[in-house]
Amino acid sequence: METSDKNTIINSKSMAIDIEKIRKEFPILHQQVNGKPLVYFDNAATTQKPQVVIDSLVKYYATINSNVHRGIHTLSEKATAEYESSREAVKTFINASAREEIIFTKGTTESINLVAATWGRQNIKKGDILVLSAMEHHSNMVPWQMLAQEKEAVVRYIPINDKGELILEALDKLFLGNIKLVAVNHVSNTLGTINPVKEIAKKAKKVGAVVVVDGAQAAGHLDLDVQDLQVDFYAFSGHKMYAPTGIGVLYGKKELLESMPPYQGGGEMISEVSYDTCSFNELPYKFEAGTPNIADAIVLKTAIQFINSVGKKVIREQESKVFKRALEQIQTIEGLKLIGTASEKVGVLSFVIEGIHHQDLGILLDQEGIAVRTGHHCTQPLMSKFGIAGTTRASFALYNTEEETDILVRGIKKAIKMLK
Amino acid sequence: MNKSATIEAIQEEIANEFEFFDEWDEKYGYIIELGKKLPPLPEESKIESNIIKGCQSQVWMTSTYTDGKVYYRADSDAIIVKGLISLLIRVLSEHSPSEIVSGDLFFLDKIGMMQHLSQTRSNGLASMVKQMKLHALAYKAKSL
Repeated sequence: METSDKNTIINSKSMAIDIEKIRKEFPILHQQVNGKPLVYFDNAATTQKPQVVIDSLVKYYATINSNVHRGIHTLSEKATAEYESSREAVKTFINASAREEIIFTKGTTESINLVAATWGRQNIKKGDILVLSAMEHHSNMVPWQMLAQEKEAVVRYIPINDKGELILEALDKLFLGNIKLVAVNHVSNTLGTINPVKEIAKKAKKVGAVVVVDGAQAAGHLDLDVQDLQVDFYAFSGHKMYAPTGIGVLYGKKELLESMPPYQGGGEMISEVSYDTCSFNELPYKFEAGTPNIADAIVLKTAIQFINSVGKKVIREQESKVFKRALEQIQTIEGLKLIGTASEKVGVLSFVIEGIHHQDLGILLDQEGIAVRTGHHCTQPLMSKFGIAGTTRASFALYNTEEETDILVRGIKKAIKMLK
Repeated sequence: MNKSATIEAIQEEIANEFEFFDEWDEKYGYIIELGKKLPPLPEESKIESNIIKGCQSQVWMTSTYTDGKVYYRADSDAIIVKGLISLLIRVLSEHSPSEIVSGDLFFLDKIGMMQHLSQTRSNGLASMVKQMKLHALAYKAKSL
């Protein structure tokens, strides 16, 4: 756009996104897949990476690669400074109250497993009740089921309605008894539903439960404020917000993290070790045993800066524009049923088509260069609730365009013709 | 139907057939047709012990052994997988256990369908090939 400043991707006059400029930032998008221009609609699985993120990763290895915290030499000091500066950036990104509350992990799954294995094992006893939502990803379900099996605790589920929204009216009854934990996702990966985490946390606090939030699908889209949400733990992954794979975050309230035993033993997490005993390091290092994923942790900051340079509001507007166009068109397809029609949603379009297996549809769309996700999306209990084996899911990121949804809809129509 | 062609010859034949297709949709259209034509397995055969589970679609497979030859039947809930199953049956069925066990499957690569065999998590095809060979191996052991 001619009015936009050369160095920004936002048109300063209209505040509209310069989508062409945005797309130029993502080298991977400019390629042909199976002879067709790539249409990447699998963003809920992982987002693509902007050039600044790729450059930042290369720059780390080319200029300051060394081990953090222990080194006396210059490079180690530089790497440590960058690593800790990224922790600060994450703290600001989610508005945590202290840097000690930010633990770097491999990703959301590890973050949740960390809480289950430490806080969970320490605090959950026989007969205690864990409340999860019926739309959890396996990564925020299986660790709690494993814990419940080990401790003979009970797992309850917050039910959902046909639109794929949590039924909050059920909470009062569900929260009766010895409720120790409430674990919900901020945004459903399968349905796109944005859950009222703050409201749930408020009720959970009243019964003294600890609240764990899987924020994997929220981090790249919604403004995050863990203090405002009043949650105890918040987990998310870098790779779903334009950062590399293998880096994630666990936010935990300081007093809780302090009371918890370490997750893994090794270097970095200790303060003193003798042949007989050891004492543990302070937060956050207590939970970062071994050499951490230094490079990707540092690059996470670059991804946060990238998101901030565009702005979450602008990201949401673009995604919502694309989502609306897709929604309008896709509903004209005969036999298509949307799965997940919550009033508060991110750009996730999950659907089934009568008489067509999602895998067949996914294979044929791939031939058209369109990347979608098919299957149960690691939410098998949710699939059985809807009485289906899986869905086809198109999920949007800030670089997707309305024209791409037209290609998707044409692709679906062609596939139906071939398969029926 | 009596088969005289070898496993290798049938695969060459399939590869030749696929050479006629210029566009991907013709190729997949043909596989979809094959999938539709493959007689479904009776419901009583679609039991847990015959299932080859994939992450997204599943395959059911049974075999019988008559007059020194193995006969396969199979089904899937996804049609493209079913079309590929149909081709696998055409290649391997009605051969002796020894031929099946030692048979080298190259046709999927030749017709550009190898990616469906390597996606082991999403469909049961790769496991199905293994199962077909295991059944043959069992018949071979029995007939010794």
